[in-house]
Amino acid sequence: MNEDVLSVESSVKSKQLELAADDKTIFGFWVYLMTDVVLFATLFATFAVLRNNSFGGPTGGQLFSLPYVLVETLILLTSSFTVGLAILAAHQQSKAQVLFWFGVTFLLGLAFLSMEVSEFRHLVIDGNSWRRSGFLSAYFTLVGTHGLHITVGLIWMAVSFGLIIKRGLGRAVIRRLTLLSLFWHFLDIIWIFIFTIVYLIGAAKG
Amino acid sequence: MLLANLLGRLTLNDFPHNPITAGAGVGIVLGGLMVVGLLFYFKKWTWLWREWLTTVDPKKIGVMYLIVAILMLLRGVVDAGMLRLQQATSVGSSHGFIDANQFQQIFSAHGSIMIFFVAMGLMFAIINLILPLQIGSRDVAFPFMNATSFWLYCAGALLINMPLVIGEFSAAGWLAYPPLSETAYSPGVGVDYWIWSLQIAGIGSLLSGVNFLVTIFKLRAPGMTPMKMPLFVWSIIGAMVLVIFAFPILTITLALLALDRTLGMHFFTAGAGGNAMMYVNLIWAWGHPEVYILILPAFGIFSEIVSTFSSKRLFGYTSMVWAIIAITFLSFSVWLHHFFTMGAGPNVNAYFGVMTMIIAIPTGVKVFNWLFTMYRGRIRFSVPMMWFLGFVVTFTIGGVAGVLMAVPPADFQLHNSLFLVAHFHTMIIGGVVFGYFAGLTYWFPKVFGFKLNERLGKYAFWSWLVGFVLAFVPLYILGIMGATRRMDHYEASLGWQGLFIVAGVGVLIIMLGIGFLILQLLISIKDRKHHLETTGDPWGGRTLEWSTTSPAPFYNFAIIPQADQRDAYWASKHATKPSVKPHYQAFNMPKNTPFGMFIAGAALTFGFAAVWHILWLAIVALIGLIGLIIMRTTYDDSEYTVSVDDIERLEAQSKERFA
Repeated sequence: MNEDVLSVESSVKSKQLELAADDKTIFGFWVYLMTDVVLFATLFATFAVLRNNSFGGPTGGQLFSLPYVLVETLILLTSSFTVGLAILAAHQQSKAQVLFWFGVTFLLGLAFLSMEVSEFRHLVIDGNSWRRSGFLSAYFTLVGTHGLHITVGLIWMAVSFGLIIKRGLGRAVIRRLTLLSLFWHFLDIIWIFIFTIVYLIGAAKG
Repeated sequence: MLLANLLGRLTLNDFPHNPITAGAGVGIVLGGLMVVGLLFYFKKWTWLWREWLTTVDPKKIGVMYLIVAILMLLRGVVDAGMLRLQQATSVGSSHGFIDANQFQQIFSAHGSIMIFFVAMGLMFAIINLILPLQIGSRDVAFPFMNATSFWLYCAGALLINMPLVIGEFSAAGWLAYPPLSETAYSPGVGVDYWIWSLQIAGIGSLLSGVNFLVTIFKLRAPGMTPMKMPLFVWSIIGAMVLVIFAFPILTITLALLALDRTLGMHFFTAGAGGNAMMYVNLIWAWGHPEVYILILPAFGIFSEIVSTFSSKRLFGYTSMVWAIIAITFLSFSVWLHHFFTMGAGPNVNAYFGVMTMIIAIPTGVKVFNWLFTMYRGRIRFSVPMMWFLGFVVTFTIGGVAGVLMAVPPADFQLHNSLFLVAHFHTMIIGGVVFGYFAGLTYWFPKVFGFKLNERLGKYAFWSWLVGFVLAFVPLYILGIMGATRRMDHYEASLGWQGLFIVAGVGVLIIMLGIGFLILQLLISIKDRKHHLETTGDPWGGRTLEWSTTSPAPFYNFAIIPQADQRDAYWASKHATKPSVKPHYQAFNMPKNTPFGMFIAGAALTFGFAAVWHILWLAIVALIGLIGLIIMRTTYDDSEYTVSVDDIERLEAQSKERFA
């Protein structure tokens, strides 16, 4: 038995271990995302129950500006596309491109978040805060929880920049980036539902 | 002003003044100081840190779950004793020894602690101790996350007991229905303690749910296809799927109540467009699956025990699996039976009533399969089997009472009566607790390397069974007579006192049973040399956990076993196998880490700050929490390799020890 065979054997073995670790972690993250689906589903349900309980205050139709929300939506959709490009670049081991596309995603996410915060700020200044009615409580909580997830995603991205720069695109880093992109796409899907159920139906039904 | 900024709403008046809470608080503080003192005296801090506090070994985490759960059981039982004493004495002109407000706090604490910190704790203890061994794995899928789950559970347990020392507990019942639990009617810190302790522990449970499901899906021994898994594993799949679907609902429900209370939102308030019934729907959309989260593992445990102690393979394996799957699905379609009286209308009530009756079918299938497994088996009446037989009787009685209440008109009469209280205690004591005690007795030698004393185990079982009957049969009768739950006083002319006294005696006998359990543990530890378990297989076991030594080495199996059929170990015992020199391979194990404890510490601090409205502390704790999570998740070097030489050395040592 010469050493070459042994080292090949051990490198195959370590490759298998890494694959198993990837498999386990990514599957685990999918399961976590399913729990998040249930979490958002619960919030959508509470919104559906309370959406007409404006208690004499303004309704969705009076508060929402659809063009503004459409811009938010387009920004978030674009960021989902750019995070996909970032992951493609990561698999091609192109560090500069990964950083660039994650940078674009980060800025788009930040733009989305600041638009949302500014929307919230206007509502509160106009006296339509979450204390106003059951409808507004449900609205702020549902949209705000999505915003909180976006914030977590942005912090995660910032940390990932550091990791990519310091450690390069090793297997463990790519695994983390894969999870991050799953998370980001997931938030995009949730937003589509928010856009439809909260804003479009809200504006249509007045 | 400065003080208000520094301490939120915490003042000196929040330290307890009445003798009962103050006594309990002093007891807890003194007990804690004594443990710390002993650790210094015996210089055990390093040992504690290395072997326990930083461990990521599920077998050790399981033992820690067990210790916390038993402490919480003692707290919950003392609460129960006080409730029974009050109801036995507070008649007519006598008003008992506790006032109404305290009484409400005690029953709220009793329920919350027993479900979240005793039943859930015991369940995760047993899963941690046995599941990886039973699927032939060296570890769980995410060992660090597992430790974090435990420490979050521990943080929740600390927070829920803190009202004994600072402040007060919720007086709004174990599920804190609004609008009573809203600020308007419960302005104190009690409900906030309830919210945050459950929230922290609940997130721990949610992480565990993800972890164990992935463990079962990804880490089974080669050859163990789904229909070859032991039934305990199947029952854990059912329970963890329920955790994954139900606990996010709890997380949100608690969060919304907290938002109502701290930010002035109107989800469940009586005015401004809130909807209190939405809370009741949400909490039971979690709460009903929660019941099955607790009972499914008990079903799994009994399936293992009955087939082992009948020396037969389980009768109707396939139907048992499908029964678990059916229960898992159906348990999400019955939540409304907890509040038929809401007035949802006859059609809605009829639907949920029928679904509730249907869920009794798969449960009945399981009971019959266990009985058929015993039929013509060579039955050994060891302690685990005694618990099973007690379970079959009590659980069937409780189940029949449940089906009775599934009929909406009957439920209108029995709603919120002691009949209901008796029903769910029958299911939880006679089902869940008996099941977990059976499992703990059964697997004790695997975990600690010696058997428990049989005679004291039987004393404990009989005390529990007799105590249980005496404590709860009177409640069924009282409930039909019209006694409502949560009642701190009643008129003598009702003639209820005699039955309440019998129920009180029942609780005393249950306490005797707990005494026997503790005595059993102490005597067994003292005499452990006489009951040493050296074979690895003390009961004639059938599944893989019995194929390794007792206690199992930290890596569980030197060579991952092959599981080509059901009851894989039983088959391999009875096959003639050629003796070959084992061919070991190196493998990785996770390193110890204190981060789980640190993260839970930050969560506990955050919870405390949220209860007392201490803004700066909440912010600090939150930043700490985020920082700790980032530090840990960017850390790559979390494993080490156990080399072939190490394995050979360790295996040779263990051969010597068990020869």
